[in-house]
Amino acid sequence: MLQTISVLLENKTGALMRATGLLTARGYNIESLTVAKTLDPTLSRMTIVVDVEPRLRAQVIKQMNKLINVLQASDLSESPSVTRELLLLRVRAAAEEGNNGPRTAILKEAEIFGARVVDSSVEGFALEVTGDTEKLDEFIDVMRSYGDIEVTRSGAVAVSLDPKKLRLSPPVPRGAEPTTVNVES
Amino acid sequence: MLLECLVREGVECIFGYPGGVTLPLYDAMYDNPIRHVLVRHEENACFAAQGYARATGKVGVACATSGPGATNLVTGLVDAMMDSIPLVALTGQVPTKLIGSDAFQEADTFGITRSCTKHNYLVKNIHELPEVIHEAFYIASTGRPGPVLVDVTKDVFQGQVHYTPVTSIHLPGYKVHADGHTGQIRRAAQMMWEAQRPYVYAGGGIIHAGAHQELRELVEILDAPCVNTLMGLGAMPSNHPNFVSMPGMHGSYAANMGMYNADLLIALGVRFDDRVTGRLAAFAPHAKVIHVDIDPAEIGKIRNADLPIVGDVRRVLQKLNPVLRELEPSMAARNSASRRAWWSQIRAWKEEHPLTPATSSTEIKPQHAVAEIDRLTRGEAIVTSDVGQHQMWSAQFIRFNHPRLWINSGGLGSMGFGLPAAIGAQFACPEKTVVSIVGDGGFQMSVPELATIASHGLPIKIIVLNNGYLGMVRQWQELFYNNRLCSVTLDSFPDAEKLAGAYGFKGRTIEHVHELRPALEEAFAENGPYLLNIRVSPTENVYPMVPAGGAINEMVLAQPQPVAVP
Repeated sequence: MLQTISVLLENKTGALMRATGLLTARGYNIESLTVAKTLDPTLSRMTIVVDVEPRLRAQVIKQMNKLINVLQASDLSESPSVTRELLLLRVRAAAEEGNNGPRTAILKEAEIFGARVVDSSVEGFALEVTGDTEKLDEFIDVMRSYGDIEVTRSGAVAVSLDPKKLRLSPPVPRGAEPTTVNVES
Repeated sequence: MLLECLVREGVECIFGYPGGVTLPLYDAMYDNPIRHVLVRHEENACFAAQGYARATGKVGVACATSGPGATNLVTGLVDAMMDSIPLVALTGQVPTKLIGSDAFQEADTFGITRSCTKHNYLVKNIHELPEVIHEAFYIASTGRPGPVLVDVTKDVFQGQVHYTPVTSIHLPGYKVHADGHTGQIRRAAQMMWEAQRPYVYAGGGIIHAGAHQELRELVEILDAPCVNTLMGLGAMPSNHPNFVSMPGMHGSYAANMGMYNADLLIALGVRFDDRVTGRLAAFAPHAKVIHVDIDPAEIGKIRNADLPIVGDVRRVLQKLNPVLRELEPSMAARNSASRRAWWSQIRAWKEEHPLTPATSSTEIKPQHAVAEIDRLTRGEAIVTSDVGQHQMWSAQFIRFNHPRLWINSGGLGSMGFGLPAAIGAQFACPEKTVVSIVGDGGFQMSVPELATIASHGLPIKIIVLNNGYLGMVRQWQELFYNNRLCSVTLDSFPDAEKLAGAYGFKGRTIEHVHELRPALEEAFAENGPYLLNIRVSPTENVYPMVPAGGAINEMVLAQPQPVAVP
């Protein structure tokens, strides 16, 4: 089963590589990866989907949390969360005189999937749709039946519905011991 | 600027090798009080800095130029990572505007060293430099120690900016869990008194945390047997009555049988290394585990902990020992009969198969040589070793009465470590006797450092246990590959007297048993460096041995006798 990992990390050179490097070093292939700035522009939120052996999942999360640039890494596959993906799809459906058949059908199908037309030309349409992975897979199957398609998927973005308290280390005076993270609470 | 930061971090000594892009740094060093030790290969700069760090607990500093200089540090960085050694490596990088242009001596040091450091930096702006350097020392030395690399571009080295003091370090994502959970500590104390066959399994974490006093106190309160791992030797004084010995692949019979039969494993600053556990399913199968470690990722990584405590082992024991004392009157008597039986069992195992060095009247057994070194050092000298048979024999037969005396490459097992590590240790502790016990294989990997030893007149005693083989590899080929010896013969070795003489110090080769004691005494009496090449029995193997993947209670105790073919 795929594991969805959400990582809040510093928006710094190399931070992304450190997080993904932990997976590649263990020989895991990343299925999808999205990353973008958060409300705080010094931080990024990353969603990684990866197939990790079940017994090693907790270890991977612990190792990520050890990275200096990582503020919080959590496993979303084991807690309530919502995952969505964006898909951009071009379908070839040339307008023919007196026969608008496939084009109308495509627009109908798009409406069923809640897709939006982002470009329309005599050759066909570009459509935008969001949803979970299964829905997007289905959408692709349906569109394929109408003609040649071209697809770009964003990869999963996920949000936990069970927000964990974020523990950050406060600044320490130089030369002092680190403030210990409170484990009692 | 950079040197100013180093001075403020209390750096006294850097081990390094200059090059094109670090020229501005070395120019500044000309007027600076920090001592720079010129090694003869960058890899050895890292090993020497480690020797310094391992002997003192202070952060070791290694320095190399861009490209090949930086790539040569990699082995030493991984080595420091595996053994949790505080190290800061400074490397030069080509000027910022040339990065990515395949410039002369350019390498992606930041990328290459990402996975072999606790953290690393690339500094392209001089204003970031002070903060980065202080952060690097902070990260290297706190929490679970480790190596940090700072890659600095040439233009940053050249920049002239006034040092503005850095007053605080802010790393919001750097979490250090130092204080153990009070409730867990209480439960641990309870479990310790409830156990019938408690067993203390203490490792390198004790040494890093400086928790040897606290460990001793715990062991004495509980009157429990204690083993020290390869990284933890010296955590308990070898002459302490509760000290059993080292467990693991080449651990003693008693240490491994104790591990196998314990009902409570008190694991302190250890990581259940495969060389200790053998086949996991058969490792301490009857024991509950209390695991104390500062790194939460170590808990449950290999062996599930029945009671985990994340924390600095010293601080945890400082909280735990008083609780143990408090519970002692009400709980100590409960299992005292079974604990006495446990001790007699351990003593019986010790007597059944004691760790005694092999000797012979016709040839020098390597174990005999090591035992003689032990007789002369009396558990008080710093001993560095390389990797292989001689390392295991040293771990078995040399006593360490204090922490930070035994310096070896444990996790990574890097050959060529022993000699440069001895250099670092001798610079750190000029008043101490430093002995470097190496094999003839590893010695030849670090020969260039004889020049460093000679130019500083470091009185290191280099003892080569020369069996003419890559002994440990030969042992495995012999035992597990049908004795098909392939590429393990080292049939050429320089004349030690001439070699040392070429560098201007004394050296000698011996091969007869009667020479052993006087030769060692001569070496130890020498004021300067000494190279003693001991021709030892070539086919000796290390026993006991738990074959890889074997169970720790199924040790091979001695060389199998050849079976007569009818």
